[in-house]
This record gives sequence, C-alpha cells and structure tokens, in this order.
Amino acid sequence: MNLIIVFLQKAIAQGIAILYGANGEIVTEKSGNLNLGVPGMMYMGGVAGLMGAFLYENSVENPVPFVGMLIALICALVCSGLGALIYSVLTISLRANQNVTGLALTTFGMGFGNFFGGSLSKLAGGVGQISTQATASAFRAKIPVLSTLPVVGEVLFSYGFLTYLFIVLTVVLSWFLYRTRKGLNLRAVGENAATADAAGVNVTAYKYLATLVGGMLAGLGGLYFVMEYTGGTWVNNGFGDRGWLAIALVIFARWRPLNAIWGSILFGGLYILYLYIPGLDRSMQEIFKALPYVVTIVVLVITSLRKKREDQPPMSLGLAYFREDRG
Amino acid sequence: MQSNAMIEMRGITKHFGSVVANENVDLTVRRGEILSVLGENGSGKTSLMNMLAGIYFPDAGHIYVEGREVVIRSPKDAFALGIGMIHQHFKLVDVLTAAENIILGLPGKLRLDMREVERDILRLTEKYGFEMDPHEKIYEMSVSQKQTVEIVKMLYRGANILILDEPTAVLTPQETDRLFQVLRNMRQQGHSIIIITHKLNEVLSLSDRVAVLRKGHSVGSIQTSEATEKSLTEMMVGRRVDLNIERPQPVNPRLKLKVRDVTVVNDEGREVLSHAAFEAYTGEILGVAGIAGSGQKELLEAIAGLQPLRSGSIEYTNRKGHVKELTRMTAEEIREIGIRLAFVPEDRLGMGLVASMGMTGNMMLRSYKRGRGFFSERKQPRSLAERIMRELDVVTPGVEWPVGRMSGGNVQKVLVGREIASSPQVLMVAYPVRGLDINSSHTIYRLLNEQKKNGSAVICVGEDLDVLLALCDRILVLADGHVSGTVDARDATKEQIGLMMTHHDAKEAQP
Repeated sequence: MNLIIVFLQKAIAQGIAILYGANGEIVTEKSGNLNLGVPGMMYMGGVAGLMGAFLYENSVENPVPFVGMLIALICALVCSGLGALIYSVLTISLRANQNVTGLALTTFGMGFGNFFGGSLSKLAGGVGQISTQATASAFRAKIPVLSTLPVVGEVLFSYGFLTYLFIVLTVVLSWFLYRTRKGLNLRAVGENAATADAAGVNVTAYKYLATLVGGMLAGLGGLYFVMEYTGGTWVNNGFGDRGWLAIALVIFARWRPLNAIWGSILFGGLYILYLYIPGLDRSMQEIFKALPYVVTIVVLVITSLRKKREDQPPMSLGLAYFREDRG
Repeated sequence: MQSNAMIEMRGITKHFGSVVANENVDLTVRRGEILSVLGENGSGKTSLMNMLAGIYFPDAGHIYVEGREVVIRSPKDAFALGIGMIHQHFKLVDVLTAAENIILGLPGKLRLDMREVERDILRLTEKYGFEMDPHEKIYEMSVSQKQTVEIVKMLYRGANILILDEPTAVLTPQETDRLFQVLRNMRQQGHSIIIITHKLNEVLSLSDRVAVLRKGHSVGSIQTSEATEKSLTEMMVGRRVDLNIERPQPVNPRLKLKVRDVTVVNDEGREVLSHAAFEAYTGEILGVAGIAGSGQKELLEAIAGLQPLRSGSIEYTNRKGHVKELTRMTAEEIREIGIRLAFVPEDRLGMGLVASMGMTGNMMLRSYKRGRGFFSERKQPRSLAERIMRELDVVTPGVEWPVGRMSGGNVQKVLVGREIASSPQVLMVAYPVRGLDINSSHTIYRLLNEQKKNGSAVICVGEDLDVLLALCDRILVLADGHVSGTVDARDATKEQIGLMMTHHDAKEAQP
C-alpha cells in the first residue's frame, strides 16, 4: 500500500516536467510549427532560473524565498522564450527547415545548460553541487493542512505550486483551444495556414506567439525539474530524455491538453517503473525506461488504424507558410 | 469615373520573378452586376483577382473601391472593403465544421458561442436558399457542399463583392444551375459578382458584362448581350479559332480491352465500383461520364494496375490477337510484358508529375528503367522535354523549371505530352482539360485524336458533357459505381446522359 502511494506520488512528480514540455509543444504544434527544440528550451529555462536564484541568494545576506522564486520564474521564462524566439525567427520569418532548426536548438540548449550549470558549480567553489535552497524551498512548499491528510494528502496535495499551476494552465489551455475564437484561429493556422490567412487571421503573429508561449511553458518544465524535483541543484545532463518524452507525449495525447494530464502521469510512472521492480540489472532498467516510447508507438499504430481525422497531427505541421508561394 | 462603379483597377502590374502575370491591366466592376473575367490559362485572371482579395500585392497600379483609392495588403483588408473571394482550391479547414470555418478569423467576444453562430448562419442560408448543415465537418462534404460553405462564409462576412474562381469546374450540370440561381439572387440583392471562367456558354448565360484578358494584358470589356462565343474566343485568343472538335470515324476497330465484372472496394470497405463491365476498341475514343466520385478514378486505376480488384477480370488483346490477362498485375508487371498503357491521372501534380522537378526530371520518371549504366542518362529525356515544350507550346522559363510552378494548362501539356511520347496502345486520361482554356483544350483534343488515328484505344473521363458528346465515339456512363450503360456519342443527348448519371437502375426499371 505504502509503496503504491510513493509510486503514484513519484509518477506525478516525474510527469509534471513532461507535461509542461508537452503542453508547450501542443500549443506550438497547433500553429503548425514542429519545434523539436523542446528539450533544449527546457534546459535553458532550468539553468536560467537556477542562475537567477543562485546570483540572488549569493548577493544578499538573508535571501527571501519568495523573491528568489520570482527571479527564477522570470529568468526561466525570458531565457526559454529567447530560445523559442530564435526558432521562430528562423522558421517563420526566414522559413528555415523546422526539423533541423529544432534539433539545432536542442543541441544548443543542452550545451547552454551544461555550460552555465557547470560554471555555476565552479563559481560556488569548484567542487560538488551548488544549491539554492531558499528559492527551492519556495518552489517545494506544500499545501498546508491538506498535505498532512493520510493517503489523499500524500498523493494529491504533496507538491509545490508549479504542479497545481500547471493543472490549471492545462485546463485553461484546453478551454482556449476549443472554446474561444482565438483558439479556433490558432487551430486553423496549424491545419491550413493559407485558409486562415484568407480568412483574415494574422498567421505570422499566431505562429510567433504560439511558439513563444510554447517555449516558455517548456522552460517552466525545466525550472520545475531543477527547483522542485531536484531541489535547486544542477547535474549536467541530469534531465535525461524528459524533453523527448514531452514530444512523445504530444503524440500520445493526440494533441489534446487534457489527455496530456493523465498521459504525463502514465509516462512518469512508466519512466520510473524500473526503480520499483526488484532485481533488475542495468540493461533491463534501460528497457523499462523505454516503455513510454513503446506506448506512444502503440498509440500511433492504433490511431493510424482508426483513421479518425481528429486524431491526426495538424495538417500543415512542419510546413513554412509564404502567402505568395505559387504551387 | 462612373458613379456606379464598385471597383476600379487601373494600371495593375504584377510580376513573379521573370514571369509577367499582369501588365498594366484596367478593370471596372459595377454595382449589382455579374462580370465575367475571361481569359486563357496564364492570362492572369486569377492573379488579378488575388490582388483584389489581398493574397498578392500589386507591383504597380491603383485600386479604387466606390471611388476611393484603397490599399489591400491582406485578406483582412479585402473583407473590410466587402470583397470576398472563393478560390478554385477551397480555403477551408477540413477538420473543422462548416460553422467554425465560416466564423474563422472574425473578431468578437473571446468566448465562442457556437449555438449563436449557427443560428445566424441558418438565418443567412434561408435568405439565399442554400442547403447546408452548419454542424457538418468539411471532410465529410461533397465538393458542391464545400463551395456552398465558401459562399456562405463570404456572405456572413458581409461581402458585397464576390469573386468566384472557376466555380463550376467541379460541379454537375444540376449543381451548376443551382449555383447560378443563387448568384442571380445575390445580384438581385445588390451584390456585385465577378466570375472567373473560360467556359463560354456560362459567360453568355450568366453574366451582364465580360472583361477579357490575354497574356496578362486587358483586351477590353463588352456587354454580354453583344457577345457571341465566336467573338469572345477571338478576343481571348487574339485570332480566329475553330471551335469545332474534330471526330474522325474509327478506322478498323478491334477489341483491345475487355473489362468484366470489376469490383473495387475503398479503404473504408465501401464498394466504389460494382461489377463494372465494358469493352474498349482500337481507333476509338471511349468517353466515361458520371458525377464526380462515381468510380471513374477507380476504374482507370484498376486497369492501370494501381487498384487491387475484389473481383472481375481485365483482358488485353494485342495486335496479333493474343489475349493477356492483366487482372492481378501491377503497373510494373504490365510494362514488363510489353504492354504500353499510358495513364494521365486526375491529380496531375500528385500522381502524374513531381512538382519540384523540372520537365527533364519528369520525363525521366518514365524512362529511367531503360538506362543501363550506373549514371542516369539525361540527354534523351532533355531532348524529349524540349520537343514537348516546342510542339505543345508549354510556357515555362526552361525545361529545368519546376513543373509545380507552371500554370495548370502547361502542367497538363507536360503530362499528356510525356504519356503520348511512349506511343501507348491504351491511353487513359482523366479530366484532361480540367482548368484548361480553349486553346489548350483543343491542343489536348487534337492529341487524343492523333492517338486514336494511330490505332490506340483511348479512354477519356470527362465532366463536360458537351465535349464528351463532340469528341468521343462511345460514352460509358457511371452512376454511383455502377455502369448504367454505354451510348453512341453521335446520337445521344445531354439529357439522356444526365439521367443515366443519376440513376444506375433506370435502365433496368424501364427496359
């Protein structure tokens, strides 16, 4: 019983970072941009938030957790937003190939994260881990009272605010996409940019905004991982392949934010399942870690067989749009 | 400037790279009139209209709407001026409903109340007499239903100047009549309508005035009442053109193809072709008529070896009278046993040609298997491409220019030219003149007749019954996947075929 509760709790904690990245990517893909730079932007958001918090905590005598948290949030949003901006300028304005640009952004973002993360460790005195405990404590603060409830408290109320913020954000995002005019316009841009354009939708603006917001959401996912999951420290390449899991989750959720919520918990659970199965050696662990991808492939096979149009990716995903293009 | 002018375009010029789309074009649209813009392919009709709709931006020239000079930078600007354009390729999002497509991009409250929107739309459809379900998804609709959505979309946006680009190209005669009725209703309500077309009979029956473009220049405009098919053609082409389609008597017809009991099932498991049977002879053109999607495509693809058959057989008789069964063969196997089947598909740039390659590359698609060396042989395809370009008057900057950037008529010439170059024994063409102007169409008819005289069996799927009746020797009529009969094109009537297109059991009901 206890083991199950711990497993659930860890699965959710694991899932949130993925969920941030996935929803960021859903918004981006709804505008027809396939941004494979999600892992990179998660690194960028994470390390920038950490740097902001670290510099703040080192420059004042008694760091206030709340201020540190704000600084970390702003840094993460700005930095991951910049990553998305690079991608947007290249793919939307200059119409570069989206796959290549996205992969380059991931490579860049990971290097960026590891470089500055490593530098921070050096600034902190060379050896070992850096720590931004005050800020992390703000991110990790649990809900009072509710979190002390047995079972329910542990499974549902034992997380920092980013978790709850994101559940709310996901619901809002879903409402936005399917119940508002702007959301309809955004979906149309991703399906058929020429049609949206002819209907008077500013395609370029929608693509830029969706990609920027998507990048920022991914950055928050990185920040969540650094601050809440690992408690304000940095390990080079500590992210593992969570960024790619986020992209797989987009497909798994069939581009619907609400599906991504439970999908993220499933992915999180599958990702850490190996820790809870006794007697696995290293190679078996890696196989277990690949389970989310297997599930994604199964979903792909099933949706391909069912051929339901609503379950397919946005039609012009990956294509640049140029109004006067003939042919 | 006349006071009743809705739109005046003055000195409009537009270039695409080195290609001139429009050069110093003038056009006037009056209030409450239906204006036809007539011209051959590549004469710049669509480009000119795209500049009104805000899709293209003119390089030079002025546009006046109701006497005021305007700058139209985007479709949004065009809407604001009450200009709405219905493109040849519909601008609709497939996975959205009709209502969602109609309100797309419109300002309003953040929250979207679909029920309210649908009520507004129903009010509008009742007013003009449209039939449309606002709830239906676009991908479930037929072509004419999609067109209705497009028109309603423009009206919902308050368009009082409506531009339609080749609206009848994909409609049945009955649907065309209904569309024209709606357009006349709209004229009655004071809307101005511009219709881009090259079908002369439509120009004459529908419009009040005709503006003619030739090679990007405006030739002038005349009242429809003063125009005849002949005079319009001369304005359009710049010289006298013989409008009659030649139809030589078949010489020594011999059985070439025998199709028996062919049934084809589509991906969803529906029978798209049921027990179809017919024969095709050398030296004749067999027309295939039917409402779009009645199994024409599947029939041709089945013969070409591109569609698996559920049942039935296809037999080919060669020159010596030997019969070969093609039933379970793929296109490649058919070629390997030495049968030259040529197929010009409906989807020219999807199935027929590679859009991003030049003419030479596209010629090679047909011939690369003949090469022996490791390196590809480009000289021959290149000279074939140059020959086609010369003989069929293909307008392109060069044989290496991507075919996807050519106009529809030129694309078709490249495709038909390539297929004919293999001197086929059976030539199958689907909608060979769709989107083509008179001149190009007649070039294609001439090419088909040449093949007929050379002793090929020509099978031609068409949509314009007048043309089928004038060009073909016999016409096979399909209705909902069934063969409803074969008629002699020399004495059949349009009405007779129209009836057969809708009732495949009519023949059985009244023997």
